[in-house]
Amino acid sequence: MTGHGRTLFVLCLILGSAGCTHKSGPASALKPTGFGAALVESSGGKQIGATGTVLAQPLVVQVNDEQGNAVAGALVEFSGPAGVSFDPQGGVTDSSGQLSTNVTLGSMAFRYQLTARTSTKAQKPVDLKIEEIALGYQQMVGFQLDNKYCGRCHNPESSAERVSNFDNLEVKPHPFTEGETLNKMTDADLTAIISHGGPALNKSALMPPYGYTLTKTEIEALIAYIRLVSDPPPHVSGTVYAQK
Amino acid sequence: MLWQTLFGHPVRAFGVVSLLLSISLAIAPAKNHFSEWRHYQNKYLSLIRGRGDAVTLERRFHDHDGIQQIWLPQLGVVDRCTSCHVGLKEASLADVSVQPFRRHPVIPHTLDQYGCVMCHRGQGPATTVEEAHRSTLAWEQPILPARYVQSSCGQCHRAPLTGTPQLNSGRNLLTRYGCVHCHTIKLPDGSAIQPTDDPPSLEHVADKTTREWIYAWLKDPQAYAVTATMPNFKLSDPDARDISAFLISNSTPIAGDTVPGNKNEKAPDPAEGASLYGESFCASCHAVQNAAGNVVGGDIGPELTRVGSKVKPEWLRAWLRNPRVYDPGTAMPHYRFTDPQLSLLTGFLGNKTDSDLLASVHLDAATPEQIAHGKLLVTEYGCASCHEINGIKKPDNFAPELTRIGSKPLTQIIFLPGMTHALPDYIAAKIRQPRSFGSALKMPQFSLAPAQIDALTTALLSLTDRAHDLPLALTVPSKPPSNYQPAGKAGKLMDDMACFTCHAINGRGGDLAPDLTWEGSSVQRPWLLAFLKNPGTLRPALIRRMPRFNLSDDDAKELTDYIMTVYQTPAFDRDSMPSTGYPPVQVEQGRQLFYSKYACQSCHIVDTKADKGYIGPSLTQVGSRLNAAWIYHWLKDPQAMRPGAIEPNRNMNDEDARALTAFLMTQKGSDKQEAKK
Repeated sequence: MTGHGRTLFVLCLILGSAGCTHKSGPASALKPTGFGAALVESSGGKQIGATGTVLAQPLVVQVNDEQGNAVAGALVEFSGPAGVSFDPQGGVTDSSGQLSTNVTLGSMAFRYQLTARTSTKAQKPVDLKIEEIALGYQQMVGFQLDNKYCGRCHNPESSAERVSNFDNLEVKPHPFTEGETLNKMTDADLTAIISHGGPALNKSALMPPYGYTLTKTEIEALIAYIRLVSDPPPHVSGTVYAQK
Repeated sequence: MLWQTLFGHPVRAFGVVSLLLSISLAIAPAKNHFSEWRHYQNKYLSLIRGRGDAVTLERRFHDHDGIQQIWLPQLGVVDRCTSCHVGLKEASLADVSVQPFRRHPVIPHTLDQYGCVMCHRGQGPATTVEEAHRSTLAWEQPILPARYVQSSCGQCHRAPLTGTPQLNSGRNLLTRYGCVHCHTIKLPDGSAIQPTDDPPSLEHVADKTTREWIYAWLKDPQAYAVTATMPNFKLSDPDARDISAFLISNSTPIAGDTVPGNKNEKAPDPAEGASLYGESFCASCHAVQNAAGNVVGGDIGPELTRVGSKVKPEWLRAWLRNPRVYDPGTAMPHYRFTDPQLSLLTGFLGNKTDSDLLASVHLDAATPEQIAHGKLLVTEYGCASCHEINGIKKPDNFAPELTRIGSKPLTQIIFLPGMTHALPDYIAAKIRQPRSFGSALKMPQFSLAPAQIDALTTALLSLTDRAHDLPLALTVPSKPPSNYQPAGKAGKLMDDMACFTCHAINGRGGDLAPDLTWEGSSVQRPWLLAFLKNPGTLRPALIRRMPRFNLSDDDAKELTDYIMTVYQTPAFDRDSMPSTGYPPVQVEQGRQLFYSKYACQSCHIVDTKADKGYIGPSLTQVGSRLNAAWIYHWLKDPQAMRPGAIEPNRNMNDEDARALTAFLMTQKGSDKQEAKK
């Protein structure tokens, strides 16, 4: 029993199952040949993935100079909370000023705040905050149900596969990312409106009841998902349901 | 001397022996006291001490302190993980992020039902961190990294699950990327996983394309189409030259698979070709890469970005005229295009060329030696595992069987230097870069994104010994594949139009379009007849729609009769409710219910001026489209009529359902209104 040293080491191994983020990446060995003034997200932010898995799309960031022109050869390094890993951890931007990395999310269902950092010629760091969302099993079920039933009206964005019905409704539904409104509703409120429709909370009948279509477990999963993606996040510790 | 000092005197000897005895007796309690699990239990106690519900948590902890064990003899589970992972069931620890004290995320199973190692692997009986989580000499099952944990669901669940998109996608990739053409994967019930891709036959390939294109394709399939699922075999220039020589010389002509275009015809208008391509909804199945590099369109058929550089115009024309001449089993429908339409489409697609693709390909006439060498290579690389090739039999078990790959012992694996010695890492590395394990290996390089490699690894890791040895009662089988085949002339017509590519009937077919199993109970005959002749838009918001197949009157009638007669639900008689003659009071009551109580206008349109709902089908002419009895039963329980329907079940009472049916049956629409939309 060599005491704490070994225990901590093993703990660290388990915690950062995908590798500790503290280790120095290959990026530190690279020499930048260009310096930018701004860092912008090109694509791959705000993705939703399962806990512990690699996101479907790579995260692409771009380094620009003061005039907004892409800068090639600028050094960019990524970092995030424990459990998140990047492949590669950092590198220099290509000829279009971009650097792409594959993000593996941590094993907690969580909104992960990631940082991309580059530095100016004067060695001043420039940071870009990016958010990615990791869903556990329950939230993942909720996410799929949202895609099938709810998102058609509650998501104002249209995709190639699906045209949003948001604008066609006389009473606009609340997007699930609207934390300001949804955080004020308790789990019981949300269950009521999902099960019995809008009139259950004196809201519009345009929201139909799903209590005879979705099971209790599915409605719980949906609420767990709503709680995770709402922005700002709700100030509760965990799902109230699980206490029972 | 020392002996004398210790044991010289009987009393001293007694004292020394007693001391030794008491020390040896103390070893066991001391080991227990300093054990890792006790250390973690103490840490847990200090963690919960400061919390609001400390008393409850402590009480629950003290009900079960000491070494914990979950013993499930039927599953072969002996798990002591809960000795250290003490807070797994404590919902109030949701904010705790340090291990081993996190609560377990909510899943459909409980710990007491299945234990831990069923899903997480590792060594259940171990009581130290090292032995439980990592592989040791005696135990070689390390913990499964979180990124592959969905594979464990797949041990029992053969059907796709809502909560496991990664596993579902991995299983799709296994069948779609042709893995199972070469690798046999048997399921616990003894059946083998069947591929869902349909690699083209190469028996008549010389009619379709040129040797130069085959050469370029073999060298780099993704250079022709980024979405191509054909892997890169990393062939040398002479090898690609010889294989292309063999395939062309080995090809036999087939009557009618080429039609020369009309020489005197003036060049077709590209804009008209593009609009015919759009009207025919080719993009429902075929994708094209746009200028921004995005691939837009469906993935049922091949990508067409550079199709003009691939196919011969006379073949393309014949293919568009009737694809079943060249490939009787193709998923492509027979559109029955007119000659001018054929010219338009052939011209439009023929212009989709890429001058760079074949610019550097210069092949001299093939020599007999080259052809012979090409044949040898085709046999060696197992090309016939996927493609039909004249004179070469499909090899059996061309690649190692993967039936139990998820339990492959580490001792049987040769790892690369620097690789983590774990099965998931091996499988992922093997998929990512097969030839890194040896340049002489035959497995080709697939073009997969990191998430796809993880998904495939997950699907393969689910193929464990446990998955095969579980009692059948504990597994959740997938739906058995259906080989339903409609009979007679209508059946032939349905094959000809490839209805099953998009529609499912009796469990067979695609999910792009509605299930037609009960279509005959659902729709009215005149509507169906007219729809088959000229499909209108039921859901204006959809991009993928039913194309027009230019059916003759006789064919449309044949098909309508068959659907109306055969595809009826046993649940009710479609003629049990009248289509007209509902009392105006009831109709008005239905209108009220439609707009107020049930607010159907959220998703449906009855009045094109007032309603805007674009989710469900338009109901402006539903009274001449659907049967009253179908509407009534649909309103009562949509999912019973069509499993998976998104319309919510409103638990409607009979009176409301009747009134709504009455109201909807008065919505007969008018031709003028339809034409406008």
